Amino acid sequence: MKERNFRLNLALIVLIALSVWWAKDRLNPYILRVLNTAAIYIVAAVSYNLVNGVTGQFSLGPNAFMALGGFTVALLMLPLPQKEMVYFLQPLIWPFNSFSLPQWLFGLSLILAGLVATAGAFIVGVPCLRLRGDYLAIATFGFGEIVIVLANNAISITNGALGIKGIPEYSTLPWTVGCAVITVLFIRNLVNSSYGRAMKAIREDEVAAEAMGINLFRHKMLAFAVSAFFAGVSGGLLATLITTVSPSLFMFTMTFNLLIIIVLGGLGSITGSTVTAIIFAVLQELLREVEAPRTIGPIHIPGITGMRMIVFSIMLILLMLFYRRGLFGKGEASWDGLFALPGRVREFFERLRRKEVKSWTRTGIESHDQ
Amino acid sequence: MLKLQDLHVYYGGIHALKGVSIDVPEGSIVTLIGANGAGKSTMLKTITGLVRPRKGTITLNDEEITGQPAHRIVSKGVAMVPEGRRIFRNLTVYENLMMGAYPRTDRNGIKEDLERVFSLFPRLKERRNQKGGTLSGGEQQMLAIGRGLMSSPSLLALDEPSLGLAPVLVQEVFQILKQIHEQGKTILLIEQNAKAALQLADRAYVMETGRITMQGTGRELLENELVRKAYLGE
Repeated sequence: MKERNFRLNLALIVLIALSVWWAKDRLNPYILRVLNTAAIYIVAAVSYNLVNGVTGQFSLGPNAFMALGGFTVALLMLPLPQKEMVYFLQPLIWPFNSFSLPQWLFGLSLILAGLVATAGAFIVGVPCLRLRGDYLAIATFGFGEIVIVLANNAISITNGALGIKGIPEYSTLPWTVGCAVITVLFIRNLVNSSYGRAMKAIREDEVAAEAMGINLFRHKMLAFAVSAFFAGVSGGLLATLITTVSPSLFMFTMTFNLLIIIVLGGLGSITGSTVTAIIFAVLQELLREVEAPRTIGPIHIPGITGMRMIVFSIMLILLMLFYRRGLFGKGEASWDGLFALPGRVREFFERLRRKEVKSWTRTGIESHDQ
Repeated sequence: MLKLQDLHVYYGGIHALKGVSIDVPEGSIVTLIGANGAGKSTMLKTITGLVRPRKGTITLNDEEITGQPAHRIVSKGVAMVPEGRRIFRNLTVYENLMMGAYPRTDRNGIKEDLERVFSLFPRLKERRNQKGGTLSGGEQQMLAIGRGLMSSPSLLALDEPSLGLAPVLVQEVFQILKQIHEQGKTILLIEQNAKAALQLADRAYVMETGRITMQGTGRELLENELVRKAYLGE
């Protein structure tokens, strides 16, 4: 069984690699853009889910970690002539004004972005993760605001509110999807390890976990640091996808988007976050329609920017009312679950015919691959 | 093996333990009875490192462990079965048990202890892949005790293991505690079910508003007039 699942996973990864290799030069730029965004959302959401879903610590800080990563990559990768042009208010400080990494070191810059974000996670985590409950939410939210304010004012590093533009477009499909696959695999393995089990125990009951001999602080910090690392990477990918970074890109809205993704997908479910990250990226494009101005008969409705977020918020409210556990609950989609699906569907209709089903929500796709 | 000396614990401004001294000799069953709010659970939490005392000392096997964090104390051989069971509801029975073994690294020892727990609680073996939250109250209590045993403790501290269980199950829990004791564990038992606890105990303490007011062997207290009136309802 394990052998089979391993082979299927491998096959899936090969399939993804082949489709990426096929798609990267053939699809039109618009679709590529949506796919890249989806992959970046996967990196950000799956890592965010490690803290909020798996470990049960309510963090509101991924936008801060993404900002740290985004600016790090921008500072490292922006070509020197471009640096001179962009920083006309105040010159860029040393050492960033003296070098620029070549394209083949893009991977290194992403790793550095992750490390800078991890350093940020330690700064906010060491004092705050010792506390229980909502303090972390407030502290991480505050940290996010601090990072944005710093980014707005440290003009000789971030160029302030104007941001940095002209970043080379290195985030191609192989990079973004590659990072998404690595993130999912890494976090999946972490969650299935004994560390992951301890994190889940902390989510379930902190006091009991402590009484079992789990070092609460160490495990929370581990989840927080790993999460921040990948958030930093996703920020770096985003910077080199849209070729500009500014503080406004990493406002709290970013965290809110990720929160919608992980809640819709099911807190604690990696597959849930992955699937909803893709749905979210696609819907964000499709829903541009609702923001467009339109005329229905005599009534003219001007375009309203932000309507998309209202749609997402309504989805979130409906979900909370009727299907609170999200798309996948705390479970994961697994091969075993997939193969058992036809049987379960048949069984469901069987029971439906016999009118035994009261609530269809009880037969969600949920199974355990452990 | 475990000695508490003049332990003082405060919750904010509340003086919860006012100089508690008890002694748990190796291989014994010691029980602590008392009314709600007497400070029994606080004492247990202080021993296991979940609460820090302001004054006093706790020594385990002649080593002072006062104020050490919980994860240190667990690895020194003290396991706690917390009040209200507190199992991990969304983890399977097997995962719950493995959480108990978390500080350990000896794979073979863990495997042996798992078998031992399963032979003590055959129901848990049947349900090893079921989520903890789907078990009945009695089974959850068994799971909580099994989880405590998985750290291979020399001292098992239980906080009200009979709480909220049907009388038949209470009997069963005490039967099992006896078995665990016979397998060589020292047991510190906190109970409201004074009769059952005193019958089992080698040594017993009565706690009232943060102080130990009476002590003796289980039998002595069972026969004590005051205890009979206050705790046995006779």
